Amino acid sequence: MTDIFGIPLPALMGQLTLGLINGAFYAVLSLGLTVIFGMLRVINFTHGAQFTLGAFGAWMLLNYFKIPYWVSLVIMPLVMAVLGALVERLLLKRLYEMNHLFQLLLTFGLAQMIEGTLAVVYGSSGKPYDNPMPGGVDLGFMFLPYYRGWVVVASLSACLVTWWAIERTRLGAYLRASTDNPELVRTFGIPVPHLMTMTYAFGVALAALAGVLAGPIDQVKPSMGSGLIITVFAVVVIGGVGSIMGSIVTGFALGLLESLTKVYYPPASSVVIFLVMAIVILAKPTGLFGRQP
Amino acid sequence: MRHHSKLIFTLLALVLAVAPLVAYPIFVTKLLCFALFASAFNLLFGQAGLLSFGHALFFGGAAYVTGYALKAWGWNTEWAVLLGMAFATTAGLIVGLVSIRRQGIYFAMITLALAQMFYFFCVNAPFTGGDDGISAIPRRPIFGVIDISDDRTLYYVVAVTFFLSFALIYRIIHSPYGQVLRAIRDNEQRAISLGYPVDQYKLIAFVISAAFAGLAGALKVLVFRLATLVDVGWGNSGEVILMTLVGGIGTVFGPLVGAGFILTMQSYLQGYAQWVPVMQGFVFVVMVVMLPKGVVGEFMVRIFKVQPAAVK
Repeated sequence: MTDIFGIPLPALMGQLTLGLINGAFYAVLSLGLTVIFGMLRVINFTHGAQFTLGAFGAWMLLNYFKIPYWVSLVIMPLVMAVLGALVERLLLKRLYEMNHLFQLLLTFGLAQMIEGTLAVVYGSSGKPYDNPMPGGVDLGFMFLPYYRGWVVVASLSACLVTWWAIERTRLGAYLRASTDNPELVRTFGIPVPHLMTMTYAFGVALAALAGVLAGPIDQVKPSMGSGLIITVFAVVVIGGVGSIMGSIVTGFALGLLESLTKVYYPPASSVVIFLVMAIVILAKPTGLFGRQP
Repeated sequence: MRHHSKLIFTLLALVLAVAPLVAYPIFVTKLLCFALFASAFNLLFGQAGLLSFGHALFFGGAAYVTGYALKAWGWNTEWAVLLGMAFATTAGLIVGLVSIRRQGIYFAMITLALAQMFYFFCVNAPFTGGDDGISAIPRRPIFGVIDISDDRTLYYVVAVTFFLSFALIYRIIHSPYGQVLRAIRDNEQRAISLGYPVDQYKLIAFVISAAFAGLAGALKVLVFRLATLVDVGWGNSGEVILMTLVGGIGTVFGPLVGAGFILTMQSYLQGYAQWVPVMQGFVFVVMVVMLPKGVVGEFMVRIFKVQPAAVK
């Protein structure tokens, strides 16, 4: 039983696992935000509420229709993608000509509506969601629960698939081109408005996926998204916009940093990410991996 | 509208004078605090085009400072309020220096994150009283003679403070400085090319806005004798944005109208407290999609055919 800087190894590894999981959520959520922002120039404040809806949806499917976790994992992102597409079509599209700050306000209002309604219907206390993969494996220096390992694997896969889709496929190329010069791309006959709807829907699907993953870890409650999303904003600012890989790396790294702080200097753990954000802004305003200002 | 300003301010003074006779003194005092908060926010958003999502930091932070000075240190009211305002001004300088480096959306996100950081600090700091907040804050007589333990007297003190602050904000908006600020809002590159030190102008606007937001928070503490985490939470930041949006971004009287509307709505929903966030979210959506210029803004466009100094 070794001690690292005074903390026993199993405890440290336990915290680091938690950090990796938090980092996984930061990565998936900041990836969704970055993808949406890159394409639509909209900061989707609703992201947190869409994350919460993913979790609540899975809970509702389980409790009302006996639909198991693994099916929810596929259904919820699809359902939320459709809802996201509707939001983009009916609401966001009208605001593209306006100052982008108004879109932020719209998504903020939507987030409040969604969370408020969930709180009214279900109350603000949490609903438990059973762990679909109980048990774990003893690695000698730590105990790794199966579900937590799965969360990290699933998030990483989602991130890498997204990265591959955007950077290595033709559709991704259209997306990237539309981000740079939508007018020109439209003259090529590529339906840019449809791409925008699709992109928003995809970002929302990522949020919902993260929500379903989060359900079994902690309880499902209406406020689970809002606190998280503000931290994710800080992650996005740190990572910088314009780089998919950047937001993935930053998300995981900050999750680990947060857990290390929790172990070695607990009072700062809830604010360390914001401190890093302030430092990054002062030193490199465009973010660590940012390409455009 | 300049030549009408004397008329408008006289009307405002009259309304302020009779308000406590037609409505609950505490309600209208609260209204004035939030109207000041919203006016301070509007100075930054409407005139400079900077959307701060963390203004609760200044409002709530000043509330805590003033409350603590009154309760734990036994300070006189006027000094405690000034201390709260001083806190807000300093915080505004620090936050401004960090946030001004980015624009638009990033600026909003950074202010939100910094305010959240402050929120977490307040959760853990010993002197804020955590979840309970600072309560039973005493109302000492101002300058030793004006007894504000009576709600009506307090109202008039707050009303005078509000009137003077509002007049000052109005003066700032209608001044050469205000003109440059609007120029920066409308076309920053051009303002830079004309030689204006844009960042300085923006920072000054930020600090002034923070100072008045702090004053509003300090006054609020006198009204309710309470300072809590809610005052520094992002919900409070969102609420002041909503008030300004409803009233009219960039208009002078919009924030007052907006504050009145939102606070009245909240008091009508007293029995259904859980529905308030849903209603507010709904109002947000409706305003942005249908009435982005706000009540006063749309009024000015339709009736006076004047484009308010709105965010483009």
